[in-house]
Amino acid sequence: MAESSPESTEEIRPRGAWPRFSKKHLLGIAELNAFEIVDLIDRAEAMVPVSRQERKSLPTLSGKTQINLFFENSTRTQGSFEIAGKRLGAQVMNMSVKTSSVAKGETLIDTAATLNAMRPDVIVVRHSASGAVHLLAQKVGCSVINAGDGTHEHPTQALLDALTIRRHKGRLNSLTVAICGDIAHSRVARSNLLLLGALQIRTRVIAPRTLLPAGIESMASEVFTDMREGLRDADVVMMLRLQHERAAGRMIPSTREYYRFYGLDAEKLSFAKPDVIVMHPGPMNRGVEIDPAIADGPRSVITDQVEMGVAVRMAVLDALLAEKNEQNA
Amino acid sequence: MSRLVVQNSRLVDPASGLDAMGSLEVDDGVIVSVSTGPAKRAPGGTTLLDAGGLVLAPGLIDMRVFTGEPGHEYRETLASAGEAAAAGGVTSFLLMPDTLPVIDDGALVDFLIRRAKATARVNVLPAAAISRGLKGEEITEFGLLKEAGAVCFSDGRQSIQSARLMRAAMSYAANFDMPIVHHLAERSLAGDGVMHEGAFASVLGLKGIPAEAETIPLSRDLQLAALTGARYHAAQLSSAHSIELMSHAKRRSAKISCGVSINNLSLNENDVGGYRTFFKLSPPLRSEDDRQALIAGLNDGTIDVIHSDHDPQDSEVKRQPFAEASDGAIGLETLLAAALRLVHSGEVELLTLLRAMTQRPAEILGLEAGRLAVGAPADFILVDLDYPWQAREKDFRSRSHNSSFEGARLAGKVMATYVAGEKVFAHAEGEGA
Repeated sequence: MAESSPESTEEIRPRGAWPRFSKKHLLGIAELNAFEIVDLIDRAEAMVPVSRQERKSLPTLSGKTQINLFFENSTRTQGSFEIAGKRLGAQVMNMSVKTSSVAKGETLIDTAATLNAMRPDVIVVRHSASGAVHLLAQKVGCSVINAGDGTHEHPTQALLDALTIRRHKGRLNSLTVAICGDIAHSRVARSNLLLLGALQIRTRVIAPRTLLPAGIESMASEVFTDMREGLRDADVVMMLRLQHERAAGRMIPSTREYYRFYGLDAEKLSFAKPDVIVMHPGPMNRGVEIDPAIADGPRSVITDQVEMGVAVRMAVLDALLAEKNEQNA
Repeated sequence: MSRLVVQNSRLVDPASGLDAMGSLEVDDGVIVSVSTGPAKRAPGGTTLLDAGGLVLAPGLIDMRVFTGEPGHEYRETLASAGEAAAAGGVTSFLLMPDTLPVIDDGALVDFLIRRAKATARVNVLPAAAISRGLKGEEITEFGLLKEAGAVCFSDGRQSIQSARLMRAAMSYAANFDMPIVHHLAERSLAGDGVMHEGAFASVLGLKGIPAEAETIPLSRDLQLAALTGARYHAAQLSSAHSIELMSHAKRRSAKISCGVSINNLSLNENDVGGYRTFFKLSPPLRSEDDRQALIAGLNDGTIDVIHSDHDPQDSEVKRQPFAEASDGAIGLETLLAAALRLVHSGEVELLTLLRAMTQRPAEILGLEAGRLAVGAPADFILVDLDYPWQAREKDFRSRSHNSSFEGARLAGKVMATYVAGEKVFAHAEGEGA
């Protein structure tokens, strides 16, 4: 894999090398055009070496305050944003808000107003309701990053997936990407479909009818209910987590039936291209949507995704915040 | 009470099909003459009013209004709803029983009627609950509620899930010749959906409500209405398929009718845009094809009634993530102007439009009002059909400001509203300008 890996931090992000990123918030892939998407992926690519150095830091966000406001538990996404902020020198505060206490009185708007008064530079938000992050962004003065809102969007996940694909395939064009699993309830699927669609990459979704949202035909290039057909000659397979506590008995009869028809195993994967890569946003249900041998096998790039996650979040924080500093300077 | 003669007005009365210049004479709160042609000499002691060519129509009868009294007076009282109604040309409204406590007892109906007489400027007609506490389990005391003054039975925002209970309610209501007004939502299918099911909801990541959540209970109700011979009014239809079902059933029975919310008639799913909760409604705003089918249904007589679905909600419950926000929008003050858009666009005739807000609701509820006829109550409005104005939050009389027409530029405004011959609203220049 061709990896451009300049060694010093000066070369990694020379001041003024990137055109200014024009958005204040990162609320969704839907709000980005193809140039902005590629720009963020390029910026993230340049961040990868930072985390591989001994001194994993850049000073670009020093003196800035980042609040991670998570209304839903997520160890990995919150941790990824925290590390990203700290590696850029920001002061990072984690706030986990139990939904129950919010329901008891303080509304999302109240929380936003309270946090805004503390004058953070960026708030990273995860919320169980679609659109909640947009609502919050209207009520605060600082930048807002969507770390997942309901079943709507998870933009940094789509960016890190794209970066992972590009580093393994060397390109983002002329690829067939198959997304398989609970498309209906997946913000990861939506953001990925939007991103891949914006870059005119061929997308397939594979799921039983009960896990496909209405109007999916307008969101993906092709829709399959047969996994083998859907995987045929695919370059990339993205597996989605099945919320089996929620789906079992309502949208699928059982996890064992699901695994039989939609679980990724070696036999089904053999329909894809020999150099296919297998991705998963995590956390995985081994034996429900994916065979452990595949998840931990040679085609899997799942741990790379985690590494790229930090790079993407550093790049996004940097793009939204660092340049504002330069503007003022 | 003195006599009043309104001259030089364009009399528009759907019940008689009248649309001509003429004058209206009122004595003691009742219409005593409706005459076309040049003005006659008025007898002494009569107040003469020159309408300057404005449309004079029966006051509107709005078949779906919620307030917060009793229980949530900060959202809306009978008095504030009455002010909003008067400003919107609504001279009578059907009050939904979804209050705290629920209007499911004769004493509460009596309270509401007294309270409305004392505080509201327009006629308030209480709908009593079909089921105790709106729980959908046991029917209320229909006979006692009717004696207390309820004009129909409705479970308001709630939809009765049990076919057995609905059958009992219809059979028993038929005893008292009272209409059942029912909101349609099959709960297990609507689930926790929050907007019209389709590609747009999928893109927003919002759970959809399929049209079948409405057509399945509608189909059930139409069969039960035929079985029991009840007077049945489907409160509000939203989908093209519902119009088909209703049109088919109406060929066999004159006792069934249906309504549509002005929201479903003038807006569609795309208005939800970036999670705008003032457009979170029940039934949800559906596709443009559905909206077109509703307009066609209004024109061919399948749809009887247009109502405002006036549902005041405060910012605490509206300024929330879309899925967590309450349903509903206010509408009394914008009902007529929003509806007139269909007239200005040439989609609906003025008489057809007004019939759905005057004559038909009066017939369904068995009211004397809703027409310009000798002996009818002198509830009427003077309307400038083309008056340009903008619906603005600061001008709303309703205590809540959750309007789906906020900021909308409208043409057509009520210039004056009369209830029983008394002026209860007069347009003030500058407002909405």
